[in-house]
Amino acid sequence: MLKKYKADFHIHTCLSPCAELDMTPRRIIGRAMERSLDIIAITDHNAAENVFAANRIESSVTIIPGMEITTSEEAHVIALMPDIDSLMELRSIVKESMPAIITEKLAFEQVIVNENDEVEGFIKELLINATSLEAERVVKIIHQYGGIAIAAHVDRDVYSILTQLGFIPDDMDFDALEISFRTSHDEAETILQPYRRYPWIKSSDAHHLVDIGRCYTEFLIKEPTFEEIMLALQGKEGREVIWHG
Amino acid sequence: MRVNDLRDILSLQVLTEGIPLDTEISGGYVSDLLSDVMANAKEGDIWITLQTHLNIVAVAAMKGIAGIIIVNGRRPDEETLKKASEEGIPLFSTRETAFVVAGKLYKALYAQEIQS
Repeated sequence: MLKKYKADFHIHTCLSPCAELDMTPRRIIGRAMERSLDIIAITDHNAAENVFAANRIESSVTIIPGMEITTSEEAHVIALMPDIDSLMELRSIVKESMPAIITEKLAFEQVIVNENDEVEGFIKELLINATSLEAERVVKIIHQYGGIAIAAHVDRDVYSILTQLGFIPDDMDFDALEISFRTSHDEAETILQPYRRYPWIKSSDAHHLVDIGRCYTEFLIKEPTFEEIMLALQGKEGREVIWHG
Repeated sequence: MRVNDLRDILSLQVLTEGIPLDTEISGGYVSDLLSDVMANAKEGDIWITLQTHLNIVAVAAMKGIAGIIIVNGRRPDEETLKKASEEGIPLFSTRETAFVVAGKLYKALYAQEIQS
């Protein structure tokens, strides 16, 4: 029996230097429940250390471990991974591919927390830098570890694959394109008309608690799991992506 | 001024072999956002960038770019070079920054205006 589940696949925690410190996994999950989201993804910039805490919190919300990777062209790509192990493999590749710029000042804004909102540590390497990995390579590595690769906020004029590369190459193997809250259904139809070959989803790109669920995507699936999301994106076995503009 | 003259003035390394370098240069454009180049570069421009992605060739072909100078010692991969040869877009490499290359190009193109 297939059911509709509400998903928001782009949420930053306090590990991302641009997100507010209130974005602890516990508060994020609390807010997601208030907004009646069924599935969320934790997607920090080029890092994933707060996924552990999110995973230890009991709730009705399914957590997909994820990361927002900056490609060498400075385009953002969302990786959704089947489990924490595969995510951490990805994280170590990303870490090796980034210049280790240590910023004591920013470090205090890249916070690792536990499931009780307590500070566990800081990441001192600047996380918002570009990796040396080309977009095609990022997509390939995500797939190699069994993940889903989504082009982030393709409607934005910064850090979007469309802005950085002018257009999406034909052989770019994204599993979906993400549209931000800024763009309506009708506008997306115009901007993204050449990219019908990809499923379109909406995510909040939340940096503040109030942002969570400001837009979302509904999935017609059997249960809120990574595998079911994958089937929906591939349009298999009756699973569907239901996009609200 | 032709692409060939520029190669000598800027001591550029030619990355694409066999492409005629006699195209007339009308100006230059500096940008790393390909969407911006698509919107604002003009035919006959030399494009100065640090992007090396395959798409630079497609954008250059679309806009009638006279040649692409890749700065900061960055190197495009084989696929980009192959595509450039197919499309007849000369690619050059230099260790210098976009600022220095643009300055030299501007001086070479508009020397008289600078002096006056």
